[in-house]
Amino acid sequence: MLTPELEQWKATIANHARSYGLDFFKTIFEILDWKQVNEIAAYGGFPNRYPHWRFGMEYEQLSKSYAYGLSKIYEMVINNDPCYAYLLHSNNMVDQKMVMAHVFGHCDFFKNNIFFGPTPKNMMDQMANHRVRVTRYVDKLGYEKVERFIDVCLSIDNLIDYQLPFSERKNKVVEEEEEELKQDVHRLKVDKEYLEGFINPEHFIEMQRQKQEKEDKQKTKIPLHPQKDVMGFLLEYAPLSRWEYDILHIIRDEGYYYAPQAQTKIMNEGWASYWHSKIMTEKILNDSEIIDFADHHSGTVAMTSGRLNPYKIGLEIFRDIEERWNKGRFGKEYDECEDMVEKAKWDKKLGLGREKIFEVRKIYNDVTFIESFLTPEFCARHKLFSFEFNRASNHYEIASREFKIIKEKLLFHLTNFGQPFIEVVDANYDNRAELLLKHVHHGIDLDLDYAKDVLKNMYDIWKRPVLIETQLGSQLRIYSFDGEKHKEMDTKEGI
Amino acid sequence: MVLKIEQDYGRFKQIIRGHVKKELRKYITSGELIGKQGKKLVSIPIPQIDIPRFRYTDKQSGGVGQGDGDTGTPLGEEDGVGTAGNAEGYHIVEVDITLEEMAELLGEELELPKILPKKCEKINSEKNVYRGIRQAGPQSLRHFRRTYKQALKRQIVSGVYNPENPIVTPFAEDRRYRSLKIVHQPQTKAVIIYMMDVSGSMGQDQKEIVRIESFWIDAWLKLQYKGLETRYIIHDAVAREVDAETFFHTRESGGTIISSAYKLALKMIKEDYDPDQWNIYPFHFSDGDNWSGSDTQECLELLQKDFFTFCNAFCYGQVESEYGSGQFLKDLTERFGATHEKLITSKIENRDKIIDSIKTFLGKGK
Repeated sequence: MLTPELEQWKATIANHARSYGLDFFKTIFEILDWKQVNEIAAYGGFPNRYPHWRFGMEYEQLSKSYAYGLSKIYEMVINNDPCYAYLLHSNNMVDQKMVMAHVFGHCDFFKNNIFFGPTPKNMMDQMANHRVRVTRYVDKLGYEKVERFIDVCLSIDNLIDYQLPFSERKNKVVEEEEEELKQDVHRLKVDKEYLEGFINPEHFIEMQRQKQEKEDKQKTKIPLHPQKDVMGFLLEYAPLSRWEYDILHIIRDEGYYYAPQAQTKIMNEGWASYWHSKIMTEKILNDSEIIDFADHHSGTVAMTSGRLNPYKIGLEIFRDIEERWNKGRFGKEYDECEDMVEKAKWDKKLGLGREKIFEVRKIYNDVTFIESFLTPEFCARHKLFSFEFNRASNHYEIASREFKIIKEKLLFHLTNFGQPFIEVVDANYDNRAELLLKHVHHGIDLDLDYAKDVLKNMYDIWKRPVLIETQLGSQLRIYSFDGEKHKEMDTKEGI
Repeated sequence: MVLKIEQDYGRFKQIIRGHVKKELRKYITSGELIGKQGKKLVSIPIPQIDIPRFRYTDKQSGGVGQGDGDTGTPLGEEDGVGTAGNAEGYHIVEVDITLEEMAELLGEELELPKILPKKCEKINSEKNVYRGIRQAGPQSLRHFRRTYKQALKRQIVSGVYNPENPIVTPFAEDRRYRSLKIVHQPQTKAVIIYMMDVSGSMGQDQKEIVRIESFWIDAWLKLQYKGLETRYIIHDAVAREVDAETFFHTRESGGTIISSAYKLALKMIKEDYDPDQWNIYPFHFSDGDNWSGSDTQECLELLQKDFFTFCNAFCYGQVESEYGSGQFLKDLTERFGATHEKLITSKIENRDKIIDSIKTFLGKGK
């Protein structure tokens, strides 16, 4: 519940936001004290989560750094309809206003960015529901048992397919079509009947039949194609009891719910920062507040040396896009212009900037955003560099300031969130119902200690040996866990 | 305010302390915040548990950062370590910390000595009290004051409260109820007797180490047990009782007769602390250079006969002497074995080992 004063500001700020063209869900603000804020932050923004120690861990970290004055949470907002946002009670008025403006930016993003499209809009209820379900299992089966299984599931909660919400329906249709097309052995078309024996001789038919057989066999393979949604696969095929199934399901659902937030971190924060600074400086602030605002705004977008701040990068890229489209600095003509003086003065007075950033916030995610709008000028202006670990000096060192390399590095960390690509390849490996995973190697090895423990955890789900094929340097290797011990072997051609 | 997260928080603490789920222990990493005490920086440990997931090996990946510097410029320790370049910026701010907070931080790595229930407490060991507060409960247990306090807080926060016309109306969410707790009432009757060797063979450094160590043990235990008694004994060839001030500041010299201190400690125990009612923890620090073998023998007898029957644990810390390490620790372990139920020994070679030694003494939960 808001104070009357804040209530008034909320309406004013919402109106300004709307007049700029922002379009958001109804937004509910709650005022919380710092303990409650930390609790909710530890719960990932929700007032209710299922019981698990890792929320306690988050809470300790947040409240310790708050208690010792190292950091504090200004704002929190969750993707839900209506949107819920939290204000810290002890913040002063100018902070609250800034936070509200920032929150409306986020809400607009949640509502309009297509990557948030498939997320459920009643997550508040679902999370509470998850709590009730897990608590019921705890009551029935005991804390230890349920907690252990949650731990197991969490160790694979990054194995989801971020494209899945957008491709699911299409896949199903294709499968059905294939079903219909199933027919006899393929024969070449024959115009005259007497040519049949020559055009489709017996050995050709035999060859076709074998091919067909092979394909049919391929079709019975589970999964048909390598599947990135490992959790979804296990839900479908692993021998889980009902409560296990339910818990894995809960964790998968929450994984997919949070995925777009991780996918659009830079854009989302950049967008919200862009709007809070615009609304505050153009509409809201009075003279006495400007210093406080400047102080806190610079705090949020400050760059600690060596690190990237998503708020700052996102904000600057949005501003950059706006300027470029206002001045017409895009397209073939501009790209091919080699006169630096002319380029610097380039201004076609198109005024398309505002329209362009709204389009960008609708159809881009961080990967495509950086891919399309990170420019060499931008890198130079903001002194970006890439760094590597130097084994000789045992230090991270600045490796390069070359645009191409920086962009590549940045994209690498954004693609699949900088997580290794893992797929289920075969659920009946060696015809022994063993589960084979494959790590699609992109130049960086897996952390083997961790990988082995994940295999061990997966054994608890699959209940049969679990294997993973990966690459160690240039050597293909298979690691496995059979319920008792770990094994590893080299392999030549892979599987 | 009762938070739902308390349960998760408690569970996490249990895991960190190794009470449950030992298999997770290998994933505990100690993150830290940086704080400040006086002019020195101290680190505030925030232990974390990593859930094993498929991930890349740390050092191969590198990342993207921002700032000045040519190719090859090393990044500072805290910069860009390990994680992707899109991680949030993290400021290191220094904070001041009080002595008590320091002791508390130190204590997070330790376990409390178990204070045993003594005879006199058996009479009132368990008690049911309505001391907890919950957000749900039967009407008969409603806690009016807390309910109205909560309602008042809410009204002030939301600006509805009018001091001119102070009407406070609790909502459902303001209601607070008493909750039942079973309380064990340990009458923490415990005494610590510190004994320090201040003979000539103990150099300035050694005394310093002992003082630092006993200071921290003292700070930690006092924080935990209200009403804890401490007594201080210093000895060279003769022992005498001193106050804390003298204990931490005195300089003496002379020979070493350890038994003198032990005898004095026993006298104290006999006079003031009935072992049936008191938990007794003697700490003795020395360089282990005793005057004679026969005195050592006497000490061992005293330990065997008296201290081990009276005390919960006897802690002996030996500092490295200027003149080579002393015999006494060796004599002790020869006589009682390296792991005696009531004897905890620790060797403190230099200042860096102080923290380990404190862990040895207090970490066993005796």
